[in-house]
Amino acid sequence: MAKCGAVASINQTGAGIRLPNFCNLGVMLRSLLVVNSLLAAAAVVRAPSPDAIWLEFLVMAAFGEPVLIASIVVLCAARRFLGAIGYPAAIAVIAVFELAITGLLFQASSSFLPFPGGMTFAQVALASLFMVAVVLGYFDLRARALSPAVAEARIQALQARIRPHFLYNSINAVLSLIRTEPRRAERALEDLADLFRVLMAENRTLAPIGNEVELARQYLALESLRLGERLKVTWHTETMPADAMVPPLILQPLVENAVYHGIEPSEAGGEIVIVVARDAGRVLMELTNPLPGATKRTAGNRMAIDNIRERLQLHYDAEASMSSEVRDGRYRVTIRIPYLAAGA
Amino acid sequence: MLVEKDVARILIADDEAPARARLRDLLDECRASFPLAIVDEARNGREALEVLNREKVGIVLLDIRMPEIDGMEAARHIAGMPEPPSIIFTTAFDSYAIKAFEVNAIDYLLKPIRVERLLAALNKTRAAPRPSREALDAAANQPRRHLSVHERGKIILVPLAEVLYLRAELKYVTVRTADREFLVEESLTRLEEEFSDAFVRVHRNCLVARAAISGFERNAEDSDSGWAVVVKGTGEKLPVSRRQHHVVKQFR
Repeated sequence: MAKCGAVASINQTGAGIRLPNFCNLGVMLRSLLVVNSLLAAAAVVRAPSPDAIWLEFLVMAAFGEPVLIASIVVLCAARRFLGAIGYPAAIAVIAVFELAITGLLFQASSSFLPFPGGMTFAQVALASLFMVAVVLGYFDLRARALSPAVAEARIQALQARIRPHFLYNSINAVLSLIRTEPRRAERALEDLADLFRVLMAENRTLAPIGNEVELARQYLALESLRLGERLKVTWHTETMPADAMVPPLILQPLVENAVYHGIEPSEAGGEIVIVVARDAGRVLMELTNPLPGATKRTAGNRMAIDNIRERLQLHYDAEASMSSEVRDGRYRVTIRIPYLAAGA
Repeated sequence: MLVEKDVARILIADDEAPARARLRDLLDECRASFPLAIVDEARNGREALEVLNREKVGIVLLDIRMPEIDGMEAARHIAGMPEPPSIIFTTAFDSYAIKAFEVNAIDYLLKPIRVERLLAALNKTRAAPRPSREALDAAANQPRRHLSVHERGKIILVPLAEVLYLRAELKYVTVRTADREFLVEESLTRLEEEFSDAFVRVHRNCLVARAAISGFERNAEDSDSGWAVVVKGTGEKLPVSRRQHHVVKQFR
């Protein structure tokens, strides 16, 4: 499915390796870069003198660029079909398609474009296939290089994400309720169970944003059990696209950070403001919390932020953004991700 | 019939209401085998010290992570009291503190606390020596935010941010703020180590707050380097020794 884009399976045997999503801006840019580097290298080798390198590159680019752009457009359009037929079959289809488009352009251009050195169709076709192999090989290697990171990030997530501090304090709070307010204790244990169900799950596929918001609410319910009136939360979810798919556990760690660094160190507490909204073709998540004076930004915070940044990169390549800033005594973190509706 | 002095007077310090409620419940269960009275409850280290100034307390159940003044810092102030109460630390999870407690043989309880463990810790306070100020200092991983001055059996907290300079005089250190002076029983060398970020040594007997330096003056009297620090606000001049002369260049 398109939503998984460049994220490959953890499976190391290669059976789970998928084609990159050529509709993704990052994938397009990387393809352009790889092919043009190869063209430039070929130009350097083929040019009779250093002065001729530029001309050589121009002539090759004049032929190569249309092939490349046409390929990306078609691969983007046909991504669902290619994804459905499996990786080896998709490779074969792409090879045949590339030969066809190269041949077509070769025929069309031979009348007005003097091909350098009088390269034959066989030579051009071979070069074209070679470039396809290099581009696909590059994405394959990249997916393999990044996929262990998914597993590692998940383990790290479990450790960094729910601070043991939170777990034990919550259990302690529930224990204090059992005698006096058994109903509230039950509710709290249910929230805790839901939270851990998500934390312990395989979190490699995207999930509806509504689940994320619900999870963050359950987490905050547990925290307000301990912190009482010190913790105030304001949600703005009026324009939230309920069908948007997002990486799981993207919001809860940020909320946990906000409580840990923004509310707990302060006697009076403070307010956390969470915005989930549709922002043109993207989903915007923004979270602000007070920054009590003497808190030092500990390693824990950085780890959670880096962790989310890495997962955004894995899921969306260059199409997601994450930024944080301190303004007017409040810490603000903003995430923008492409709006992918469920079932798209 | 129990004699009043056999009843352990206990203070609970924790910023979370449910955690305090839980401790109350557990202490109630201990009451049968360990006579006790809950004197008061505090929501942070500052409130705990205020209670100690007001009431006679034998045992403090002290949470480590609290706003304002945390448990570690409160304990270091408490340990300087003439007759300090016993301290039992409580914590949900704090890997650094736990390791430090183990190394320095300081007792602590992990939340959620079991009644048996609490009872054992209470009983231990009768026999075991209290953790020394040195052990607590060693266990702490960050500088205090206050200095504690003991006057007529009460603890006065002086925020470090208000201190202009610290000057060693015989066995005391004079703490100078804009308004007045205090005496504390600490070693200047130890203070220098603890507060090296905020203070700089200008003389064998003197540390000046970096933020309190308004300038330097030449040809100062009583100064072997010829230089003196001018203190912000009070305008006092503190001699800079020849050995610390590099400080002058560093700030100019």
